Amino acid sequence: MAVAEHENPLVEGLERLPVHPTTLVIFGGTGDLAHRKLLPAIYNLAHEGALPERFHLLAIARSDIPDDDYQKMARESIEQYSRQTPKAEVLDKLLEQVSYIPGTFDDDAVFERVKEALGAVDDEAGIAFNRVFYLSTAPSFFAQIVGRIGEHGLNHHPEAEVRVVIEKPFGTRLAEAQELNHRVLSVLDESQVYRIDHYLGKETVQNVLAFRFANGMFEPIWNRNFIDYVQITAAEDLGIGRRAGYYDSAGALRDLVQNHMLQLLSLLCMEPPVTFDADEVRDEKAKVLHAVAPPPPEAVVRAQYTAGMAEGKEAVGYLEEEGVPDDSRTETYVALRLEVDNWRWAGVPIYLRTGKRLGRKATEIAVTLKPVPHLAFEAKGSVGVQPNQLILTVQPNEGVSLSLGAKIPGSSMRIRPVNMEFLYGTSFLSQSPEAYERLIMDAMRGDPTLFTRDDEVEAQWRIIDPILATWDGEEGPLPTYPAGSHGPEEADRLLAPGHRWRAL
Amino acid sequence: MARAAQEVPDAGAVWSAQDCAPGDVEEALRRLLYEQHARDDAHAPARVLNLVVVLDGEWRGEIMNRLEQVGRYHASRTIICAVDSGRTTIDATVMMTVASPSRPGELSLTRERVILEVGAKHLAKLDTIVDPLVVTDIPTVVWSPHGHPEAVDALLHLAQVVLIDSVNEPDVASALRRASELSEGAYVVDLAWLRTTPWRERVAATFDPPRWRDELRRIDHVTVRHRDDSEVAGILLVGWLASRLGWSEGGLLAANGSLRGKAKAHRHDVSIALEPDHQQAVPGLAGIEIGTSSGLTISLDRGPGGLLASRRDGKGHEQRWTVLGASRGEGGILGEGIRQALLRDPAYRRALECGEALLR
Repeated sequence: MAVAEHENPLVEGLERLPVHPTTLVIFGGTGDLAHRKLLPAIYNLAHEGALPERFHLLAIARSDIPDDDYQKMARESIEQYSRQTPKAEVLDKLLEQVSYIPGTFDDDAVFERVKEALGAVDDEAGIAFNRVFYLSTAPSFFAQIVGRIGEHGLNHHPEAEVRVVIEKPFGTRLAEAQELNHRVLSVLDESQVYRIDHYLGKETVQNVLAFRFANGMFEPIWNRNFIDYVQITAAEDLGIGRRAGYYDSAGALRDLVQNHMLQLLSLLCMEPPVTFDADEVRDEKAKVLHAVAPPPPEAVVRAQYTAGMAEGKEAVGYLEEEGVPDDSRTETYVALRLEVDNWRWAGVPIYLRTGKRLGRKATEIAVTLKPVPHLAFEAKGSVGVQPNQLILTVQPNEGVSLSLGAKIPGSSMRIRPVNMEFLYGTSFLSQSPEAYERLIMDAMRGDPTLFTRDDEVEAQWRIIDPILATWDGEEGPLPTYPAGSHGPEEADRLLAPGHRWRAL
Repeated sequence: MARAAQEVPDAGAVWSAQDCAPGDVEEALRRLLYEQHARDDAHAPARVLNLVVVLDGEWRGEIMNRLEQVGRYHASRTIICAVDSGRTTIDATVMMTVASPSRPGELSLTRERVILEVGAKHLAKLDTIVDPLVVTDIPTVVWSPHGHPEAVDALLHLAQVVLIDSVNEPDVASALRRASELSEGAYVVDLAWLRTTPWRERVAATFDPPRWRDELRRIDHVTVRHRDDSEVAGILLVGWLASRLGWSEGGLLAANGSLRGKAKAHRHDVSIALEPDHQQAVPGLAGIEIGTSSGLTISLDRGPGGLLASRRDGKGHEQRWTVLGASRGEGGILGEGIRQALLRDPAYRRALECGEALLR
C-alpha cells in the first residue's frame, strides 16, 4: 500500500484512533462533579491508555490553593471514585500533568493566567494542543465564562481546535436557554459547543438506536398502526440527599424531563438517519422534538413525597428534608402525557413519569403493542392474554424484554404472559465505561453526536416552558405520595382507557 | 463507585464424575442451571462465548491462575481439557460461578466452568468430546497454551477463533508459519500481536498530526527491542509498518542474536534491526526507535506509568514525555485476547504476511 497523501495509514485496524494532544481546562475544578465524575473519568482514560498521547489538565476554581494541594485533592477523588483501582505509577504521572489556577470566573487576571498556562504547555511540547474548556460550574457562570474566553482570545487558535463543553442545566426557562445560546454563539461557532446530557453517554441509551436500526423485525411495527402507547419511566428510590439547594430550585421537570427523558423520547421516535454523522442524527432528533406540542395542564401531574417507608426504613417527606423550605412547592414527581404529531406517531400517547423516593430505581422505555384483533382461545382459566410489551431497560438491569402470550402446560388452551429477556450483561464481555469517560473522549476527539445541539435544547424548552408557566400561576398544596410508593394516584388520570402504569 | 464484582463459586452448583461420557456432562450443565434458577432466579447465564482450553494437566494451576486474572473478560462457558498422557478415561467437574453480590432486584451473571481430565489418546478426536458441551450459536474460542496441535486441529471445525501466543513457538519462522496455517481456517487472535497494540497506537499517534505525517515516507530505520523470547512480536510490529507503509520485502538475517536487514520503501531502503533486551522481564517489546531521512527520531520505551516517549529533530532538539497507560499484565493480555475474539482486526493478517516475507 502506498502512503496516502492526507490520511494516516497507520490507523487501520486500531480500535482507538489517535487523538490530537489536548489541554483540558475544567472551570469548577474543585466542585462535586469534578470530584465524583470528571477526575475519576480522566484517570480511567489514562489507565486504559486512551488519553491523547500528550495531555494536560488545568483546573480553575475559587479555592486559593497551590498546585500541590489540588493534585492531592485530585488523587483523593480518583482513589475514592475511580471505576478501576488506580495504579500508583499511572496516577503519579497523570498528576504531574495537572495544574491549578485559583480565582473567580469574572476576574480577567484569571483568564490571562489561563492563556499563559496554555501557551506554556504548547511551547514546552513544540506543538499547539487542542483546547477543551469544560464548564463544570453553577449555570449562572456559563455565559460569563464563555464571554471571558472570547474577550481573551481563547475561543480560536490558528493551529488547533477549541471546544467548550457545557454542563446541564442549559437554562431554566426557554428565554434563558435562548439567551444563553445567543451569548455562547456570539463567541463560538455551534460546532465548537458541546452541551452535555450525560444520559447520552450511557451505553444502554445508545443501544436504543442499535436496537431500532440494526434489527429488521422492529422497524415495520414501529408506528401508530401497531403501537398502542409508550411509557418512559425514570424512577429513583433515593430522596434528594444533600442536594436541597439545587433540587428545590429545579424540581423533577427540569432535573430529568427537560433533558434526559426528552432525549430518550427523541431516540425512540426519531426517523432512521441516513448516516450516523453527528448532524444527521441530531437533525432527526430535533424533528421529533419539534413535533411534540406542549401538553395541556390536564395532561400533567406533579406531586411531592411525604413521609413513608423506603428500603425497610422510615423515610422523611420532602418538606422535612434538610434545607427544603417549609412552604416549598417544588415537585419531586411529575407525569406527563405527550404526543408526537407526525405521520408515524400521531395519536399514540407517550407517557413520561419521573420521581424521587419511589418504590424502586428503574429507568426504562415500555412500548405496548395493540392487542390482537381476535382471540380464538377461551379466556376461562387463563391469567389472560395481554398485549405484547417491549421493555428497553436503561438501568439497573440493562437489556430488552418482550412479553409474549404462552400456553400454560395442561390439557386446555390457557394462556399467560411470559417474558423473553435479553440482558445486556449476559451478552457482552465489557463492562460499560462511565458515561463521562465516553463524553470527555468524544469532546477531545471532536465528535458531537452524543451532545445536544442548540436547536434541540430550545425545542426541549418549548415543550417544558408552558408547563412551568402554568405552574407559576397555581397556588395551594401539591398532590402527594408516600415515600417508597409508586407515585401519586392522580397520575392515573393521565391514562387513556385501557392503559395502565407499569409496576416499578 | 462500584468496582468489578468478584466471581465466586455458587455453593451447591458443583458436579463431578469419574469415567463419564460427554452426554453426562452436558446433562449436568443443564441440571445445574435449572437448580440454580430454582434456588435464586436473580442469576442469568452469560452467553457471550465458549472458551475451550487444552492444557497439560501438570501446569493446570498456572493456567487457571491466568484465567482468574482476566478481569471482566471471562468467557461464558470455559471448558478446560487437562491432558494426562497416560489416561484412558474421562473424569469431569462442572462448576457454576456467580458475580457477587447483587443488590436486591438486580440480576447477576452466572458463568460455567467444565474441567475434563483427558488422555493423549483423546486429543485427535477431542471435537467429539467437546462438541456437546459448547453453547450453540455463540462463538467458540480454542486456546492451547502447551502445544497439542492435534487437539487444535481437531477442534478447528467447531471454533470460529483460535487464540495463540506466537511467543511460545520455538522460533520466529515456525511461529509465523503456524499462525498463517491457522488463519486459513479460523480467525486468529495472537497474544504476541496484542502485546504490540499500545506500541502501534502510539506510533500511529506520533505521526498523526499533519505536520508529522509526511515523515512516514521518509522513515529510513526502525529498531525494535524485545524480550529474548519475543522476537516474533518485533517481527509483527515491523510487518505491520511494512504492510501499512507499502514497504516491499527485503530480508532479515540473524547476526549476534539479533535480526538485521532491509526493506524497500518507494525511493529508499529502510534499515531494520530486532534486538533482544536481556533486562526485559515480561514477554513482548521493550522499546522501539524510528528514524527518518530528515533527521527526526522518535522512540518509545517501557517506563513507570506508561511509555516513555522521545522526539529528536534534525537539529538535535529533544523532547521527552510519558504516554500514560497501565501495564495490563499477562492476565490482562489474556483477557484482551478473549475480548478480541469478538472483534475483527484486519491489520494482523497483513502484518503476518509481511513479517513472513521479511524473513524469507
